[in-house]
This record gives sequence, structure tokens and C-alpha cells, in this order.
Amino acid sequence: MNKLLTTAALLAIAVGASTVAASARDQVQVSGSSTVLPYAKIVAESFGETYPDFKTPVVESGGSGAGIKEFCKGVGEGTVDIANSSRPIKESELKSCADAGVKDVQEVRIGYDGIVFATDIKGPDWALSPKDVYTALAAQIVVDGKLVNNPNTKWNEVNPALPDWEIAAYIPGEKHGTREVFEEKLMTAGCKATGAADAIKKLGLDDKAAAAACVKVRKDGKAVDIDGDYPETLARIDANKTGVGVFGLAFYENNADKLKVATVDGVVPSTETISSGKYPVSRPLFFYVKKAHLGVIPGLKEYVDFFLDDQMIGPDSPLVEYGLVAAPDAERKAQRDAFAAGTTLK
Amino acid sequence: MTDIALNPAAPASARPARRDIGLKRRYAAERRFKLYGITAIAIGIFFLLALLFSVFSNGYTAFWQTEVRLAINLDPKIIDPDNKRASDPNVLLTANYPILARNALAEKLGVPTTDKPAMRELGKLFSEGVRGQLRELVAGNPSLIGTTQDVWVLTGADIDSAFKGQIDLGVDQERRKVSDRQVEWMNKLKSEGAMAQRFNTGLFTYGASSRPETSGLGVALIGSLYMMLIVLCLSLPIGVAASIYLEEYAKKSRLTDIIEVNINNLAAVPSIVFGLLGLAVFINFFHMPRSASLVGGLVLTLMTLPTIIIATRAALRAVPPSIRAAALGVGASKTQMVFHHVLPLAAPGILTGTIIGLAHALGETAPLLLIGMVAFVANNPVTPLDPSTALPVQIYMWANEAERAFVERTSGAIIVLLIFLAVMNITAIILRRRFERRW
Repeated sequence: MNKLLTTAALLAIAVGASTVAASARDQVQVSGSSTVLPYAKIVAESFGETYPDFKTPVVESGGSGAGIKEFCKGVGEGTVDIANSSRPIKESELKSCADAGVKDVQEVRIGYDGIVFATDIKGPDWALSPKDVYTALAAQIVVDGKLVNNPNTKWNEVNPALPDWEIAAYIPGEKHGTREVFEEKLMTAGCKATGAADAIKKLGLDDKAAAAACVKVRKDGKAVDIDGDYPETLARIDANKTGVGVFGLAFYENNADKLKVATVDGVVPSTETISSGKYPVSRPLFFYVKKAHLGVIPGLKEYVDFFLDDQMIGPDSPLVEYGLVAAPDAERKAQRDAFAAGTTLK
Repeated sequence: MTDIALNPAAPASARPARRDIGLKRRYAAERRFKLYGITAIAIGIFFLLALLFSVFSNGYTAFWQTEVRLAINLDPKIIDPDNKRASDPNVLLTANYPILARNALAEKLGVPTTDKPAMRELGKLFSEGVRGQLRELVAGNPSLIGTTQDVWVLTGADIDSAFKGQIDLGVDQERRKVSDRQVEWMNKLKSEGAMAQRFNTGLFTYGASSRPETSGLGVALIGSLYMMLIVLCLSLPIGVAASIYLEEYAKKSRLTDIIEVNINNLAAVPSIVFGLLGLAVFINFFHMPRSASLVGGLVLTLMTLPTIIIATRAALRAVPPSIRAAALGVGASKTQMVFHHVLPLAAPGILTGTIIGLAHALGETAPLLLIGMVAFVANNPVTPLDPSTALPVQIYMWANEAERAFVERTSGAIIVLLIFLAVMNITAIILRRRFERRW
């Protein structure tokens, strides 16, 4: 018994000692958005291959919110250096960062991501507009000047040009960064276009509540929140051939033999139409760098420089090939300059 | 029961009926129950087979990878244009190796290297991983420069999927990842025997990669191995010590009751809770490195401990008191009694519990998410302090990938995990059969 106790104690001490002895971290640690993850992985891998002196960065996956939370834990080797995000960092998150000692955060915009609607490959062609999306999926719509619970059950009731399909839409769940783009670019736009926004305002709600009412999705099972990633949405479409799913452009392009993409406002989504701004549903992708770690964690500055280089995010780069929409030349240069100058978020 | 109540109503003249003991009813009940049992087992087997079928039918192709045989001319003019390799060894590391493979392929297919669009498509036929492969070859033996080497090179993931028939070639070529021209080249190489499926050793040696063809379970296997070692080294002694004390030494009191309730409770706590604990204690308080298999092992140890303690206590309790009494009777001390007699007899039960606990820990992902082990890790970990992943984590990450080629890899990884679990569980059963004693 005594021997056992001593052994256990020794083991505990050994474990404790080995962590103290753990010397400086020698690779970059990244966390955050699962949308940015595939891009970050490509960059991390090429970085490891191009710079033999540095180890390949470790890229965690967990979502924008979780990543930023981890990022804002504080400064030091035990915390991550970079948070990937598919949405801009929030005021409240920046504040909690500052409270934990992460005062200087550098924002880097890497490019744009398109959000597309797609149906099974064998289905007919689809042409959607924000108005259709709102009329089909909103919790409340305007009928004869009055706000009523959404009565539509088929797509052709929404718009006669659409097929005679039961409404079944698989949209990103509320924890997804994609959801915000969906709400902002489709639901809010559709809310205004159908006149529902005015009807909601008449109810006497304040601006914030009215905006929230506009993006409210119906909860009667016709619009299904998908909390997993795009493969899950694809599986739903496989199972329900008359379902409509929301995907990232890159995911759609990788599975174009199974999916048919819908036009929005008559524009076919592609890297060209998104970078020119014609296709309306897109969003910028970001990552945030902890300035205090620059020069401390080996390879961090080089990794960010490498990420911003045209050979990674330029028009003819591996990220664009994967599905990222490159930012215009001037914007890419501005991002490089801002990072080099050390501009931090206020 | 109602029969008995009815009997007195029967005419008295009739022959007294044989006493009804419900034999028919009871046989029927037995038959029914057997049927229920068989149905239950059939349902279980059906779902097991469905699972195994879906995993194996999707996953067996992952163990073979399409490769193309190229006669690569290791042209010094391309590898080392300025002839500086004697003074600067870095030249061999940064040379443009993919060009060599592309030229070799172009020559084989008879495509002029000046045809730029064709070269772009041709370049996608083989994997970008050729860079590392040729670099290793040349850096390991610089005298090969200038010679022509026959090398099997991995094809690109899309070509691999097309070769295995996983891409629907019936649809328009705009809608798929391989062009008609690439399919034509592929078929030509296939008929010449220069493109074939070979055993995929990379699946077990490569780390994570954004390219499906060069991604493998290497990092995950090492990480899982480290974690299992840590779990075994920590949870077995701690768990056995705790159970021996509770079972053999501690007096039954309110305190031991509370401890017992807590242990049983902990065994049922969702594993994510242990992840939260690990994040708060090991990373935030003890400042251990993120994503390290050491932290993962510690978290899984905490998770496995209750299972091991419960199994060990049951095994100790199963040793008959007569053995304890006999040992004490011949003058053994209590510690001698425990270590010389009770523990060896309980060992098979303890081992079984430990292996089942380990198998449980091997398949766990949720607690690893919070300590940063659900991550893209390309470098093989050397010590438990280096970042790594684990087998179930790799399955989870691959399941979320967009490329078609990751579908088979996901199932392939599940097969590897299932084999590990089966081996561990079979070991547990064999150990139990071999050493079990009945009294």
C-alpha cells in the first residue's frame, strides 16, 4: 500500500515536472471557424513545406464563436495565436479579449465566401430571389396587407416559376457564421422587398425587435436548421430529392456532380460573380492575430505573411481553386500593408 | 385464474375435469418469450450488419490508392539550374520537383510541354505530394541526379476517385472534377499498366493534409497510442489502489457511502464534462500545452477511473471470504492477504475492466474537442507534449471534408478503429477465459 501510494505520488510529480519542463511552443496554434478551416489547412500545409525551419501550424476546428473565445483567454503560450472567423469579431468579444489582457488584436481579411442554394442534380433549374426565400421560409409574411403566419406549403405557391415541391429547406443552424449572412442578405432583404418590414414596424416594435422579427425563420418543420457541417446538408438532400440546401460555394464546387445550384436574382454564383459583387449572398472571411505573440511564437509572423501572399490568396492560388473568392488587388494590398504596419482593432 | 372461477358452474354430472394447471398457457408464454428474445437479437444483428456493411462497402477502397508509374528523369538542369548543390544543400530541398513528374508524364502520353492548358490538366493527374516524395529520394541519394528513375507516384485525389468509379462520369464535364481529357489519359495509362491501385501504406503513416491522397492516420495513431499508455499507467494503479482500499481496508461509514455514490455518478457523467474540467485544470491552471496528447491522456484517465474502480471492486468482491479467512488464519498480515491471495485471484476481472475502460477511452472525441485536439496536425508528434490528434477525432474531421475522396477515408479510418476495438475486446475475453476461476 505504502509503495503504491508513493508510486502514485511520484507519477503525479513526474507529470507536473514534465509540464514545467515543457519549453517554448515552437509552432503556431490556430483555432476557430470551420468555414475558414479548409483554407487555413491548405496554407498551414504549404507553409510547413515551404519553410523547413518552422513546424506546420496546428489548426483547431470548433466554430467562429468558440475560436474567438479561446483566442480571448489571455496572452501566453497556452493560448492560441490566431482565431479564424467567418464573421467580424463582435464588440462584446473584443471587450472580453481586452479584459483578459489581449489588448492588441490585428484583423486580417483573407477573401470572400459565397453562399449558394442547391438542389439535387436531377431536379429542374431554380431561380430564386431574396423575396422568394423570405416568402417561403419566414415565420410571418404579409398577405393582403396583413401579417400572418406563413401559410405556404409549396414552392410554386411562393413563386409560380418555381417547381411544385413541398417546401423543405436545410439552412445553417444558428451557431453557424453562415446563418448571419443568410439572415442579412436573404431574409432581411426579402423582408424589405415583400413589404413585411413595414408591416412589422407598424406593430410598434423598436428597430432592433423589428430586425429580429424579419429574420425569424418558420418553425413548423419546413425550414430545418442544420447544426452540423455541409456534408450533413448534402445527406439530407440525398434523402429528400425535393429538398433545398444552403452550402458554401467551395463545398458546392466539390460536389457539383451531385448538386444543382440555384441562381439568386438571376446571377449564377461563381468566384467571378461574387468578386465582382453581382452575386448578392457572400461574406468576408477573417482571421485575428494576437499582436503580443508576434515575434514570440516562432513562425507566427511568417505564417500571416505567407497567408496574405498572392501565391495563397491571389486570383490564381490554391485557396481560390478550392473555392475562396479572392478580394480585389487593392484590398489584398491594403490587408498586407495594415498587417505590416501593425494596425490593431480599437 | 378465471378458469377456476368458471369450473363450479359446470354440470356436476360431468366427469371431474383434470385439474387445469395452465400448462398450455405457460408453454405458450415460454414460446412467446423465446420469440421476443430472438426478435430482439435479430434486430440487433440487423443493425450491426447494416453498420458494418455501410462502413466496409464505403471504406475498403481507402486501403488501396491509385498510383501511376513514371520514368522520371532527374534532370540536373531543373533540380539544380545553377549547379550549386555542393555548396548549398538547400537547393535539393526547394527544387521544383513537380515539374519533373509533369514532364515525365507528358512524355509518356505524348503531349507537348508547350501546350499550357494541357499541362495544367496533366499536372492534376498526379498528387502535389510528389514534391516530398522526390525530395526524399534525391536528398537521400544525390548521386541519382541525372539518372532516370522508375517511381510510383500517387495520383491526384479526384483522379483516384474517378479510377475507383466514385465520380459519376455520366454528367457534363463542367460539373465534375475530372475532365474528359483526364479520363482519356487515365484509361490510356490504365491499359498500359502504368496506372494501378496499390496498397495504401500512406493511410497509416501520413499526418493530416488538405490533400486527400496524402492524408493519413499517422498522427492520430501516435496520439491515440500515447493517450492509451498514459491512461493505462495512471488509471490502473490509481483505480486499483482506490478499490483495494475501499473494499478491503476502509470501514463502512457514511463517508465511504458518499464516495461510492460519487464514483457511480462519475461513471455516468457525459464525457464532455471531463473535457471542460481538463481545460480548466490542466491547461488554464497547470499551463500544460494545448492539443497535447498528455492532456488528452489525463482527461481520459479521469474519465476511465470510475469504470476501472467499479470493475475492480466487483472483482475483489467476487473473491470468496473463505480465501481471506484462510490466509489470515495461517498468519498472513492483511496486506499479505490482499497482495498474495485476493489480488491475483481478482486480476482477470480487473484486467477485463481496464481493457473495456481503455476501449471506451480510445473511442472518445467529445472531451478532446475542448483541449484543442480536434485539430489539423501535420507533423508527427515525438513526445506526448507535442500537438496530436486521436483516431476518432480524425474520423470526425474527415467526415466534415468537402472532397469526395475523404468519404472512403472516413470509412477506412472507422474500419481501423473498429479493428483496434475488436482486438482489445477480444483480448479482454481471452484473458477472462484463460485466468478466470470459478468457486
